[in-house]
Amino acid sequence: MSIKEIYQTMEYGPAPESNKESVAFLDQHKRKFQLFINGKWSKPSSGEYFDSISPSTTEKLAQVAEANEKDVDDAVKAAKKALKPWVELGGHGRARYLYAIARQIQKHSRNFAVLESMDNGKPIRETRDIDIPLVARHFYHHAGWAQLMDTEMKDYKEIGVIGQIIPWNFPMLMLAWKIAPALAMGNTVVLKPAEFTSLTALLFADICKQVGLPDGVVNIITGHGSTGAALVNHPDVSKIAFTGSTEVGKIIRRATAGTGKKISLELGGKSPFIVFEDADLDSVVEGIVDAIWFNQGQVCCAGSRLLVQESVAEKLYKKIRARMETLRVGNSLDKSIDIGAIVAPVQLKTIQDLVQQGKG
Amino acid sequence: MIKNKKISQESVTQVHHLRNEGIPFDASLIEGININRSAVERRAATMGTRRSVKKEYQAAWLLKAISCMDLTTLAGDDTQGNVFRLCAKAKNPVRKDLLEAMGMKDVGLTTGAVCVYHNLIPYAKEALKGTNIPIAAVSTGFPAGQIGLPEKLREIELSVAAGAKEIDIVISRALVLQSDWRGLYDEIAACRKACGDAHMKTILATGEIPTFTKVAKASMVAMMAGSDFIKTSTGKESVNATLPVTLVMVRMIREYLELTGYKVGYKPAGGIAKAKDALNYLILMKEELGLDWLQPDLFRFGASSLLGDIERQLEHYVTGRYSASYRHPMA
Repeated sequence: MSIKEIYQTMEYGPAPESNKESVAFLDQHKRKFQLFINGKWSKPSSGEYFDSISPSTTEKLAQVAEANEKDVDDAVKAAKKALKPWVELGGHGRARYLYAIARQIQKHSRNFAVLESMDNGKPIRETRDIDIPLVARHFYHHAGWAQLMDTEMKDYKEIGVIGQIIPWNFPMLMLAWKIAPALAMGNTVVLKPAEFTSLTALLFADICKQVGLPDGVVNIITGHGSTGAALVNHPDVSKIAFTGSTEVGKIIRRATAGTGKKISLELGGKSPFIVFEDADLDSVVEGIVDAIWFNQGQVCCAGSRLLVQESVAEKLYKKIRARMETLRVGNSLDKSIDIGAIVAPVQLKTIQDLVQQGKG
Repeated sequence: MIKNKKISQESVTQVHHLRNEGIPFDASLIEGININRSAVERRAATMGTRRSVKKEYQAAWLLKAISCMDLTTLAGDDTQGNVFRLCAKAKNPVRKDLLEAMGMKDVGLTTGAVCVYHNLIPYAKEALKGTNIPIAAVSTGFPAGQIGLPEKLREIELSVAAGAKEIDIVISRALVLQSDWRGLYDEIAACRKACGDAHMKTILATGEIPTFTKVAKASMVAMMAGSDFIKTSTGKESVNATLPVTLVMVRMIREYLELTGYKVGYKPAGGIAKAKDALNYLILMKEELGLDWLQPDLFRFGASSLLGDIERQLEHYVTGRYSASYRHPMA
């Protein structure tokens, strides 16, 4: 469009973020990712791989290894072997690694943000301004834990090998929440990212190698539900940390009952958003936008129920409808969009079914 | 509610909508107003990160900003020469070769208006002869407004008689601080009457109003009393236009539109010096009020140094190189 035309229409136009660096990372691994076990990339003993798709473009980004029971066993063994020296390294020694990881995440923040957006479909604005800056802060924060452990948390000790299973809605942020505190306190980890969103975890594995993290302290195994089940059921795993669906959470609770394994579960929700009549309704609308459309609404604490005092209900609904007209939907790498892509067709179908149910 | 008012014919500003004639004072319209400051600040903070305007789009948007600019000089040392220079810039805000390179040569780009003190109106009138660029004059004891109402009205009348097509009035802040909304309404309505066909922009001086709730109420009162524009600041307060206060005021404009059908304009003024700031304001207007508020009849920047920075950005767009700011004529 010519400048003269734009001068009339005043459209935003395209504002694409470059994906050069992330494409280079994928190519460097020949678009085929192995398992990160004991500080090395190793082929899955199953010999099987699955596709990682960009939900925004439906482009196949890479193939990712499917870990089976043997691979999980190898990873847990590596983590177990790494445990003693990692504990003996002490809080100060571990803090140095965590600080180094945090710095590398900041240094590569744009690559992480772009790759996350490509892999998950969420807007680049969110990964750039929210996900990845928070990831770096979590590593810095928990580096501080490690550093102060001897004086401030001296009664605490490591649990052992931690099995960590994370969801697809905030892939890197969930990884940070799980890995950073575990490493700080002297544990070693085997982490399984969600099958839809493995790529940033694999980039993170590269970072671990770069900072010289001792082999086996962090192991990344990719795969589907059966990979997770093998991890949950492994006898040498001392704790399972899981974020994901309530359904799978229940399965894990049953599986670990009586085994002595510790467990932490972060599951789904249906959070109410409550509006009273004396509220600033225009601000309420923005609160609702953040509550339910942030990350395409794929948030465990999304404000998915709206409860409005009757005296202002119609007025508020009108404002929400008007605001929805200005939400921009588009390619996740466009800097001017509010809503990207739903993570996978199966998830989209779930949403469409729920909408149908609501209409009916 | 109130419709079928005739469009003012003599107004120089292009009017595509009914001029706000005001409505009778209605206390119930402001009683329920309640502004959540932290929520407003949060929304304003992300306004510029949620949208991005690049390349030819950015150039077009910056040109639009120029067309919406009240090119201003309001200083004790203003002279005839100053004003001539300002008007020359208002007529040709962007170098011809740059406009040509952008395919904008025949658009007739000028600033939205020239804004001066009353004393300087004759010089501006002389310099702008033969153009459609309106002269805006600040009035009513600008910037503090600490003179009596009869003097305020007299000042408006004199400026209109001298040739000002737009009058930027300041309100008595005391009335806002004391919540004398009826008194504020009467003052502004009297000013509006004195303006006649000249368009009236009402400056709230938001930097001297302690809460957003009061800013919102004052905005609503100013619109009820018949303001054509509501404006943030004189440029002389310690805090002038900000994005959060803009959000508060434009939401009231939307509210008033829904109540009455009248479209009231918005003018942020003071402290908007960078092209990037201008883009953020345009983005906010587009998001909150829509395209109608991206035209000079409903949106103006009050600015003096902004034009220089915009011209630098446009030169960069055309040539790929930045020039030093001193290479551009002062606005």
